[in-house]
Amino acid sequence: MTQLHREVDVVLVGFGWTAAILAHELTQDGLEVVALERGGWRDTPTDFPTTHAPDELRYYWRHEMFQETAQETQTFRNRRGQTALPIRRWGSYLPGVGVGGGGVHWNGQTFRFLPSDFLARSHNEDRYGPLPDDMTVQDYPVTYDELEPYFDQFEKLCGISGQAGNLRGDIRAGGNPFEGWRSDEYPNPPMEMTFSQHRFAQGAHDMGLHPYPGPSANMSRGYTNPLGVRLAPCTYCGFCEKFGCGNYSKASPQTTILPIVMQRPNFRLRTYCDVLHVNKDRDNTRATGVTYVDAHGDLHEQPAQIVILCGYQLSNTRLMMLSGIGEIYNPATGEGQVGRNYTYQVMSGVDVFYDDAYTNEYIGAGALGMVVDDYNGDNFDHSGLGFIGGAYIACWTTNARPIENQPVPEGVPEWGAEWKSALRKNFLRHTSLSVHGASMAHRENYLDLDPVYKDRYGRPLMRMTYDFTVNDRRLSEHITPIAADIARGMGGREIKVNSLDSSYDIWPYQTTHNTGGTIMGASPDDSVVNRYLQSWDLHNLFVMGAGAFPQNAGYNPTGTVAALTYFSARAIRDQYLRDPGPLVQA
Amino acid sequence: MIGARAIVALGLAGIMQTAAAQDLSWSEMERGRYLAIASNCVSCHTDLDHDGTPWAGGREMETPFGVIVTPNITSDDATGIGRWTRDDFWRALHEGRRRDGSYMYPAFPYTHFTRMPRQDVDAIYEYLRTIPPVEADHVPEEELLLPLQVRTAISAWNALHFDQGVFVPDLDKSDEWNRGAYLVTGPGHCGACHTDRNILGGEQEDEFLRGATLENWHAPNIRGGEHGGIAHWSHDDIVAYLGSGRNEHTAPMTRMGEVVEFSTQHLTEGDLSAIATYLKSLEDTPRDASDPPQEAVFQAGQATYFDNCAACHHADGSGEAYMFARLAGSNKVQSDDPTTLIRIILEGAQAIPTNDHPGPLAMPAFDWKLDDDQIADLITYMRNAWGNNGPAVSASDVADLRETLAED
Amino acid sequence: MQQGHLGRRSFLRGSLLGFTALVMPSALRALEFGGANMPWSAGAASPPYAGITDARYFAASEYAMVDAITARIIPSDDTGPGAKEAGVADFIDHQLAGFYGRGQRWYMQGPFPEPLETQGYQAPHPPAELWRTGLAALEQHCRDNHGAGFAALEDDTQDDILRAMEDGEIDLGSTNAAQFFDFMREMTIEGFFCDPVYGGNRDMVGWRMVGFPGARYDYRDFLHHNGASIDMPPVGLMGRPAWTRQ
Repeated sequence: MTQLHREVDVVLVGFGWTAAILAHELTQDGLEVVALERGGWRDTPTDFPTTHAPDELRYYWRHEMFQETAQETQTFRNRRGQTALPIRRWGSYLPGVGVGGGGVHWNGQTFRFLPSDFLARSHNEDRYGPLPDDMTVQDYPVTYDELEPYFDQFEKLCGISGQAGNLRGDIRAGGNPFEGWRSDEYPNPPMEMTFSQHRFAQGAHDMGLHPYPGPSANMSRGYTNPLGVRLAPCTYCGFCEKFGCGNYSKASPQTTILPIVMQRPNFRLRTYCDVLHVNKDRDNTRATGVTYVDAHGDLHEQPAQIVILCGYQLSNTRLMMLSGIGEIYNPATGEGQVGRNYTYQVMSGVDVFYDDAYTNEYIGAGALGMVVDDYNGDNFDHSGLGFIGGAYIACWTTNARPIENQPVPEGVPEWGAEWKSALRKNFLRHTSLSVHGASMAHRENYLDLDPVYKDRYGRPLMRMTYDFTVNDRRLSEHITPIAADIARGMGGREIKVNSLDSSYDIWPYQTTHNTGGTIMGASPDDSVVNRYLQSWDLHNLFVMGAGAFPQNAGYNPTGTVAALTYFSARAIRDQYLRDPGPLVQA
Repeated sequence: MIGARAIVALGLAGIMQTAAAQDLSWSEMERGRYLAIASNCVSCHTDLDHDGTPWAGGREMETPFGVIVTPNITSDDATGIGRWTRDDFWRALHEGRRRDGSYMYPAFPYTHFTRMPRQDVDAIYEYLRTIPPVEADHVPEEELLLPLQVRTAISAWNALHFDQGVFVPDLDKSDEWNRGAYLVTGPGHCGACHTDRNILGGEQEDEFLRGATLENWHAPNIRGGEHGGIAHWSHDDIVAYLGSGRNEHTAPMTRMGEVVEFSTQHLTEGDLSAIATYLKSLEDTPRDASDPPQEAVFQAGQATYFDNCAACHHADGSGEAYMFARLAGSNKVQSDDPTTLIRIILEGAQAIPTNDHPGPLAMPAFDWKLDDDQIADLITYMRNAWGNNGPAVSASDVADLRETLAED
Repeated sequence: MQQGHLGRRSFLRGSLLGFTALVMPSALRALEFGGANMPWSAGAASPPYAGITDARYFAASEYAMVDAITARIIPSDDTGPGAKEAGVADFIDHQLAGFYGRGQRWYMQGPFPEPLETQGYQAPHPPAELWRTGLAALEQHCRDNHGAGFAALEDDTQDDILRAMEDGEIDLGSTNAAQFFDFMREMTIEGFFCDPVYGGNRDMVGWRMVGFPGARYDYRDFLHHNGASIDMPPVGLMGRPAWTRQ
């Protein structure tokens, strides 16, 4: 029997960054907001304090903070015609679970997309001519200029450490000269760089490139955010991504916004509540609430005036499919929008090994790094290159956790005496460069429902069909050698290039930047949600997250995800509440 | 746990219900509300540990006189103070007598409240009348130690320890100093925790605000003049601590957290400044220097400190202003009585969120991680590093408190 | 040395299991939150628990094989102690006896058709069963082709066999040899570099070998090392010898 709850104004499905932001914004107007989180409560002093946070086995390799595939997973194949098989243990990406979501265990690399990234089709076609037919790239229905105040708002909430490169059009030395205009400085100065960053900056500078400090949600100093919540300085412990921060020095929902939200009398959070589907009214124009199952296995229905999906991109997309909202994409016909334009991130890298110098990379932080953007987005001339988009090249020193990192030079076997000797020699004398590339949408990369594999409720798993595209490979082949050139200028003994030279593999960890599937666009014919992240089908349903990206840029997504969330919250508060209905006419 | 906001809201609701009927003067009621906050009535008269109704009592309090359950002070006729007159209330606060004329247990701090003049007490009375009646389901049953089992014995106790009478200003001192002295010794009843008591439970005059231990917490020396426990705090540090719940040195936790949450953060800047002026005037005698610890103890403590504590308190004990306590120079760290230090290391502690600093901060528990020897050596190290000086702590001190807390 | 190590671990167990691990105050277990401060209770913590008990999975013969296999993956030699000294076989034994061995957190529903190379772990067995069936098949292979069980073979022969597994050149019946080898290698590395509380990386030999300082949380004083070596002893979650009076 389903337990029926009293109707509330807003129900948030999932309780990570986007839900925390929305809970804060919407409760300000007196709305009654309920958040349903699939995982449990967790907070700094009790769940990931300094006393036991630095535990690589437990948190990374045993996935303490990640979704269990037993609860939700995807099936995967590289292309149509193959049989997709379930992802049984996470590898390539690691979806989070629990209060704070991925915001608890992210690195904190907090970028803004470039203005041209929002115009991926029109800007590139204007400059280089038509895109290939199978590239389903499209413009965002929102511009950088519109989002700028919300990027700024999130950076101040988090206390991002960085250096402005373009302050209201004024190009500043030491910052990123390619970035979109900023209305204000970063709230905190850049982090303190270590040996590897200095070598990278020198190498990049010698090549005429423009190195700048990576924008970081690890605090470069103590900081009080606009909500009055204070964060401590980062101690460079090297346990950021995949770990909670034990000393309040990484921006997360817990350290920036939850202390305020949790006190609001019109806010409630329920944990261990797994939402099964969004309910709709009879004529398919409104969502009426959600149905979820609690820790005891009991079913509940939570009616709400507004339903907002705040789960991870993969969960939101599947929830749309399972709820029968919109049409699932079919690559054979090109019809349907839900699951279309699934994109990822095109990653490669270069290792640098030293003889005479110690890099001591265990002294690190999630977003401690120097970056060059000379080859990102459309910051360089793509004429004749056969691809669009780009990548940043960065020297991040995030950690030297030894189960994760066994750097050995080219040609060394992966185990045995020779491996051991090489590891002993190189472990502390190694650094690496990442090439963090854009992922352009392609008609054959998509999400739909699997015909074979079911979850524990008998509902189909979502199926991912994905491989790197021609655009991805050309991009990587062009930019990885440039990273290698920088690496050669860093004064090491030798380098090792890790190219993108095979099909996408679900096992080795790459990045948890899964995007698309519930994309935003100008009309119901090209998207699932409008510019305010409002469903074209049900006007009181909003879908947050990187699922809204029509394609992914060469940056980490969180800054843009947060800006879109604030933009949506503003529209809900200023427009939707006053006049509930479609905010954009189809 | 109730928030201060909830209490304020409830207070307002009460006004709306009863003010018209009683034709209260708004300003008198407002003055009473302020004095009730300065006296922090609500903190003891609410069962904070069990989400109790504000003002309805029911909180178990461990006192030098045994465990008592605080009474309901809402205006409920049967279980509260609904039938009390102004005179009844005055006698309670000024003389420490019940309505029937019998003596109260000195767990109720009438030895401090007696300093309050009649008009202040009356104002509190008027304010309390606005609180809606709540029928309490507890009947205070004091489990008190002899000789106080017999109420008449209290008159003997009073003769020794109760200096009845309202506050008399020292005309040689400034108005601000006198206001501070009044707030500290009267409504604020700081000495109830911070002044050590004799074997009969009476506060010792010569130990005034020099620190005391109660409920397995040590309230530190808060004399602010030369050689005092907070001699190293500036006037503004004291104001910031009481008014915002954070300063450069530390943040209030546990019992003092309640005081700041429910009381001092709501006081005016002027009153906080007055308290600071008064505390800064209280000099103390120089402390006897302790012998330096054995080298092996110091080394073990230093290693434990560096690996466990530096990430927040910094390797040099300087802490992080407005977040993590500065241990170098800390009165709590150097206090003769290590109870608070041991306890916070064992079970952690939460710095309460305040209006100015809404982010809670908590130190994690180390009881599972450090054994008794390690905690003892760690504390001994902290008490003798960075210019600190304090007596060594033994493993048995830690073991005893660990056992006591496990029994709670 | 060994004695001291065991003594210390048993103290940790007692402490971990007997005290805080059981303290999970009701405020933190609540399923509905809001309108109040962030929940917190004195003494609440979530210290390591899974994988630190003495539960074991392997039969004696299996354990001997695992000890021998892991000792080839990370051998003891003149560069220092290897998997054997680090207690890697014990680590794996404890892990397989718990939730990890059961594949409890994993989606393990079939069918299990022949996977693509890009589809990750597709063994029909959870880890514990994978080890059991894989070890049995490997042992049979060794007896059939080398006349003795794996543990009794010469180092070089053992290396050859493992290399052949890695390259997928050995048929282990229902067990995919290459995938099983990858999994053995992965757990060996876990056991060599995990926190000592899990039974591997004994005396922090793995961390000492590479110079990893372990479960530390503050390197601010060493940020500007400028390429110099830093002399810092490793520390585990439950400490290091220097925490106790010398």
